[in-house]
Amino acid sequence: MKKVLSGNEAIARGAWEAGVLFASAYPGTPSSEILENIAQYEEIKAEWATNEKDALMAATGASMTGARAMASMKHVGVNVAADPLMTLSYTGVNGGLVLVTADDPQLHSSQNEQDNRHYARFAKVPMLEPSDSQEAKDFVKIAFEISERFDTPVMLRSVTRISHSKGVVELGQRQQPSHPLELKKDEAKWVMLPVYGRQRHHIVEERFLKLKEFAETFPENRMEINDTSVGIITGGISYQYAKEIFPNYSYLKLGMSWPLPERLIAEFISKVDKVYVIEELDPFWEENIKAMGFKVDIGKNKIPICGELSPTIVAKALIPEYREPKQIYSKPIPPRPPNLCPGCPHRAVFYTLKKLKLFVHGDIGCYTLGALPPLKSLDTTICMGSSVGVSEGASQVLEEKTLGKMVCVIGDSTFLHSGVTPLMNMTYNKSNATVIILDNWVTAMTGAQEHPGTGYTAKGEGTIAIDYIELAKALGVKPQNARRANPYNVEEFERVVREETNKGETSVIVTVDAPCVLLRRAIKSYNEPLWVDEQLCTGCRLCLEIGCPAISWDVSKAGDYKTADGKIKKRKGAAVINKMLCNGCGLCYQICKFDAIKGKKEEVPFGFQLNK
Amino acid sequence: MGKDVTNLLVAGVGGQGVILASDIMADTFMEAGYDVKKSEVHGMAQRGGSVSSHVRFGNKVYSPIIKMGEVDYLFMTVKLETLRWLNYCNPSTVILVDEIEINPPAVNLGQMEYPRDIDETLKENFKMVHFIKATEMASELGNARAANVVLLGALSKLLDIDEDIWIKCLLARLPTKLHELNKKAFAAGREVI
Repeated sequence: MKKVLSGNEAIARGAWEAGVLFASAYPGTPSSEILENIAQYEEIKAEWATNEKDALMAATGASMTGARAMASMKHVGVNVAADPLMTLSYTGVNGGLVLVTADDPQLHSSQNEQDNRHYARFAKVPMLEPSDSQEAKDFVKIAFEISERFDTPVMLRSVTRISHSKGVVELGQRQQPSHPLELKKDEAKWVMLPVYGRQRHHIVEERFLKLKEFAETFPENRMEINDTSVGIITGGISYQYAKEIFPNYSYLKLGMSWPLPERLIAEFISKVDKVYVIEELDPFWEENIKAMGFKVDIGKNKIPICGELSPTIVAKALIPEYREPKQIYSKPIPPRPPNLCPGCPHRAVFYTLKKLKLFVHGDIGCYTLGALPPLKSLDTTICMGSSVGVSEGASQVLEEKTLGKMVCVIGDSTFLHSGVTPLMNMTYNKSNATVIILDNWVTAMTGAQEHPGTGYTAKGEGTIAIDYIELAKALGVKPQNARRANPYNVEEFERVVREETNKGETSVIVTVDAPCVLLRRAIKSYNEPLWVDEQLCTGCRLCLEIGCPAISWDVSKAGDYKTADGKIKKRKGAAVINKMLCNGCGLCYQICKFDAIKGKKEEVPFGFQLNK
Repeated sequence: MGKDVTNLLVAGVGGQGVILASDIMADTFMEAGYDVKKSEVHGMAQRGGSVSSHVRFGNKVYSPIIKMGEVDYLFMTVKLETLRWLNYCNPSTVILVDEIEINPPAVNLGQMEYPRDIDETLKENFKMVHFIKATEMASELGNARAANVVLLGALSKLLDIDEDIWIKCLLARLPTKLHELNKKAFAAGREVI
């Protein structure tokens, strides 16, 4: 049977067909749908892990028992999981273990565009790289076979254009798990004391040679010999772009990105006149092929390192006479940048932080959008947990100069992922910094995944929910410095932030009653849309400064207008609320200095009616 | 269609059903016996940002992304976004566009003006432009959100694929309670062309 599947759906299907029993992941674009889809298969125990390191360690534990196990994550997630990965390469596996890295060339939704092929070389593990959905499914199954045959974790690398592209896939049956499930003592394999680690390093190097030999005849490293004037060495999504532009040249398509088949490459190069290496991001294959002593005619001397490739970019880089289509419309087109949703609780938080003129250390999540205009109130973002981590260091150097001047914001999921240890670092080292945990009840940006604070598992079962206040206290935050506040209640929230940022001790504010506005299980009902009283709006534009998609500026209201008490005044325009978009969160209602925004805000003055 | 692969670009604003429309297209083309690839970009935010999806079908499709200048059908769920994709088109590109206007933030804030020359730009540069009041038609049928299906109905008239296959793939992606409405929306779209 055939079905149109995304790369991520195909990876999930491949895991099921391969007889996987355990899968763990932390959500991150473009990888999130892998585990979401795996969780729908009854036969697989699927978990959201607290972070990627936990996901890989859990998969390792499952593999130790003989189960086939998968961990999936975005490219930067592998940085977090790198600690177990580097030594897992030494121990090897029992049941097959596959680590899926979904890279994000072009940074569609990421903080960098690192090329995770380097990890395969670094960790000395094999890496497979599918070029479409069918291969994504097939390569998962092959990856498990390689993992068990060579006693190694195997990396499978996807990119956004594989994970989020769809193609036709021939579905197969599930292979029944065959390994007996048990824990067998074998300290020389599993206990990485120096004495055993030294032995295992030799095994890793021997394994690498065997894998190189395997790569020489691996059918997914395949030659397509046509016009031999040019031979293109490529793989993954780049293969598709190259085929699109150069359908007639000869190809060496690398299904295995690492290790490289040196003899096969030599044979291919001997058959063609010129050699092109077409790869996205770093010159990973190019440099390794050059290090083998071969000449590469075209590689990163023509093809961009930054950003993703596309048929257009390949044509532009490699066909001298290619011209991009001429610009039909040359006037500026108003952009449609990503924006916080109408009613988003983060908007209320940033309104207050901006008003207090705080320097805001931010983190990874929807709230990173607080850096964009008109809110423009988030000042740093590096990696998961960095808000708390960097606040600690800054507070130590600046000391009391940070009081009332600096704060950090971190989402609930991000806090549990990487904010707990830096918070402990704050209390332990007597930092005066303030952490605001933006608890919106879910991992929102990646599409609403559960985490240890939500009360639900990946399979939708009820479970514990971490209490952030109790956790903060356990980490050493004094009880009077760990407080809850509702960001939709602008006055109260401002007071709490002002008080806590002025304390000379570590403090934590947890937002309360402020779930993601798109989270169906949290919101019992939205409020009726608000509206602008045209007789009261002075056109001061304060409500526009919160960047709510529901509020716009109407210049047709410029000029003289009659106020409620009959006076004639002048204005440049007036605000208008789009009732299709407004859900009545009440932020603009509270901040309008002229009471020009009207609506029913008595029953639910702050935010929405919630299912608690 | 004289060439091997047909390219469709679907675009609009987050929340308008751009991805659903392109999924239905991909299913339909597969059911009709073609190779299909599709690639989408939905930005970081879930609502209100630009969303686009490339759909390609033919005997053998390599790239999931369309080369600039090679779109055969531009399928737009909001008018303004059309301008952003014109360099993916050529004079023979057939354009289907919902007449609905959704202001981008810079227009809402009064920082930029809404382009008023979209219709004439399209008419001057392309031979086949279908302006369709899809959102309005869908509202009249009972739900503005079926605008994407009105456009699909219109598209289906332009492609040589059985209507039955379209309907089957459309309904397979929707809950039963929405079937009647969407069948009507699809039929209304077919009437337009």
